[in-house]
Amino acid sequence: MAGGGTAGGGPRTDTYAPVRLWLLLPAWVSLTILVLAPVSMMLVYSFLTKEFRGGVIWEFSLSAYDQFFCNRGLFGDEPCSIEWTYLLIFWRSIWQAGAATLLSLAIGFPTAYFIATRPARQRALWVFLITIPYWVNLLIRTVSMKFLLRDQGPLNDALLGLGILSEPLSIVNTNLAVQLGLFYSYLPFMVLPIYAAVERYNFSLSEAAADLYAPRWVILRRIVIPAVKPGIVAGCILVFVPSLGSFLAPDLLGGAKTFMIGSLIEEQFKGNAGNWPFGAAASMILLTMVLILLLIFARQQARAGNG
Amino acid sequence: MATDGTIAIDVRDAVKRYGDFTALKRISLSIRDNEFFTLLGPSGCGKTTLLRMIAGFEDVTEGAIFLFGDEIETLPPHKRPINTVFQDYALFPHMTVIDNVGFGLEMRGKSKSDARKRAGEVLEMVQLSQFANRKPAQLSGGQQQRVALARALAPQPKVLLLDEPLSALDLKLRKAMQIELKHLQRDTGITFIFVTHDQEEALTMSDRIAVMSSGELQQLGDARDIYERPRNMFVADFIGDTNLLSVTVNRVEGQSATCRLASGHQIACDAVEGIAPGAYVHMSIRPERLYLSEPGDGYLSGTVLENIFVGTDITTIVEISPDLRLTVRTSNSDRGAQGIFAPGTAVAVHLEQGAGRLLAD
Ligand SMILES: Nc1ncnc2c1ncn2[C@@H]1O[C@H](COP(=O)(O)OP(=O)(O)O)[C@@H](O)[C@H]1O
Ligand SMILES: [Mg+2]
Repeated sequence: MAGGGTAGGGPRTDTYAPVRLWLLLPAWVSLTILVLAPVSMMLVYSFLTKEFRGGVIWEFSLSAYDQFFCNRGLFGDEPCSIEWTYLLIFWRSIWQAGAATLLSLAIGFPTAYFIATRPARQRALWVFLITIPYWVNLLIRTVSMKFLLRDQGPLNDALLGLGILSEPLSIVNTNLAVQLGLFYSYLPFMVLPIYAAVERYNFSLSEAAADLYAPRWVILRRIVIPAVKPGIVAGCILVFVPSLGSFLAPDLLGGAKTFMIGSLIEEQFKGNAGNWPFGAAASMILLTMVLILLLIFARQQARAGNG
Repeated sequence: MATDGTIAIDVRDAVKRYGDFTALKRISLSIRDNEFFTLLGPSGCGKTTLLRMIAGFEDVTEGAIFLFGDEIETLPPHKRPINTVFQDYALFPHMTVIDNVGFGLEMRGKSKSDARKRAGEVLEMVQLSQFANRKPAQLSGGQQQRVALARALAPQPKVLLLDEPLSALDLKLRKAMQIELKHLQRDTGITFIFVTHDQEEALTMSDRIAVMSSGELQQLGDARDIYERPRNMFVADFIGDTNLLSVTVNRVEGQSATCRLASGHQIACDAVEGIAPGAYVHMSIRPERLYLSEPGDGYLSGTVLENIFVGTDITTIVEISPDLRLTVRTSNSDRGAQGIFAPGTAVAVHLEQGAGRLLAD
């Protein structure tokens, strides 16, 4: 940025140099306030000592991380052995978010493909229709989902009424309910990037493949999917990452057995029972995981770009 | 080209409608096995539509298409032993050149290694062996074109369809590819159906040409037929340059006829079926079949308006009467004896024997 004005190497001067700093200011300020400051605060808090009624004592401590990873027995005086409680919650979260992502992909890909293959004038309307439910607050949508899935809810009523079921299906409080909730929360994040990729796809490639004796599913697998892969990967990340840290769907649709990392973190900062450093440490671990994931993605994108 | 008369593709009464618009109006043609066949016509006349119907990408609204006697118009594209060279090449961007070429072979059940081996041979045929492991984006337009060709030839289709494959190339490369395509067709013995809007390209490459306009077949024949004996105004005008004159037919006797120009001049020409004495029709005379001399002994006399130098030839525009101008083309090698008639000079215009061609419509 700073070298921009002298890039030509000649006597050209950057007329805008003084203004440029000021113009960039809003971006820097918002980045600092919205990203850097909170993350640094979390990082610092995760290394502090907990105050019993919430809050922190400004004293360096590794106890938050210790609590996360180490089991030191009932009285906290044994040597460190692996603490499974939180790893299990993490594992469950990954599993739930992964299942929700796959579900979104299974529904989102055909949806996106369908929209992208409509006549150009209809596409905007379809995209608009897809996004309408998302004007409603996530909390309300999740509660409605619970209402839909209830034992006496419309879904079960319909299935019973049609004679498909003889007893109501208990979905609420199961992993499936949480997965459905997450799927419904983030579906557009899957549909939109895939839609953008399919819209840019050159369909004469599909014709060429058909011409070369490829049946439809082979065309999909060998030609279409590799071509729209960046959209698929972006969609998966955009669904997986927020699902991983989500707490509304697990809290409202799940039960004790579906406890996820988002809820764990939420609990640490709620009311008086919380443990701020522990919540901060769990957040940092979650953040690290997400960053690693994004790095892998960026690597792959770069490689695809070179190839 | 040696063909034994077997019909490779038989299009019978094919109609294609898009809603209210009729893109093909009942086309019938038979394309012989082993033939270099060209669909020629201006942009928008339905060439691509017909080709896509043969390949299977478009439904046939009415009519039928046969491939060596088997009805194929309801088969999906992947079940037709026909391959296409697409106008935009449509190479698979994420695959290497050799994988592109081997794709069709793999789909036909060849093992990956067999497919690569055969793909390598085909790449050699189009002189691209050294690029086998590149991605299409790393090749020039001409090279991509050859990959598209190799990819379509590799599975040894019964018929190869080529939709304006050379239109994106520059003139020099296009000329070289024309010759190469012609050789490939001869060497492989595969029936080629070639689409172009370039009449010169069609004339130089084809065994037979189907001239199309607005969804209709105008004439089918070999290059000489079409050039020397155009059936109608459209063909005469579209193929090469021509002089179109309005004439009245005076007399028809067996194979020959006499016509009269509005100016009263008489022209002898071949009789054409369906044109009777008294008919008021058009006559086409190719500019190279006219020549100029000093006035006096000429058949038609006029004044030189303009000389246009076009490399090997010189084109002279002669005004016979205010509403009749003729274009005369003289080869530059012939001109030595005659010299150039400067604009404003009076000249006589001669007509070669049989140069006038009557047009049915
Ligand atoms: N999918 C389509 N829908 C409507 N009209 C079409 C479609 N495809 C082609 N056409 C029309 O059919 C006519 C013939 O098109 P085409 O076969 O592409 O011509 P060419 O290849 O000879 O240039 C054109 O007028 C074109 O506008
Ligand atoms: Mg076309």
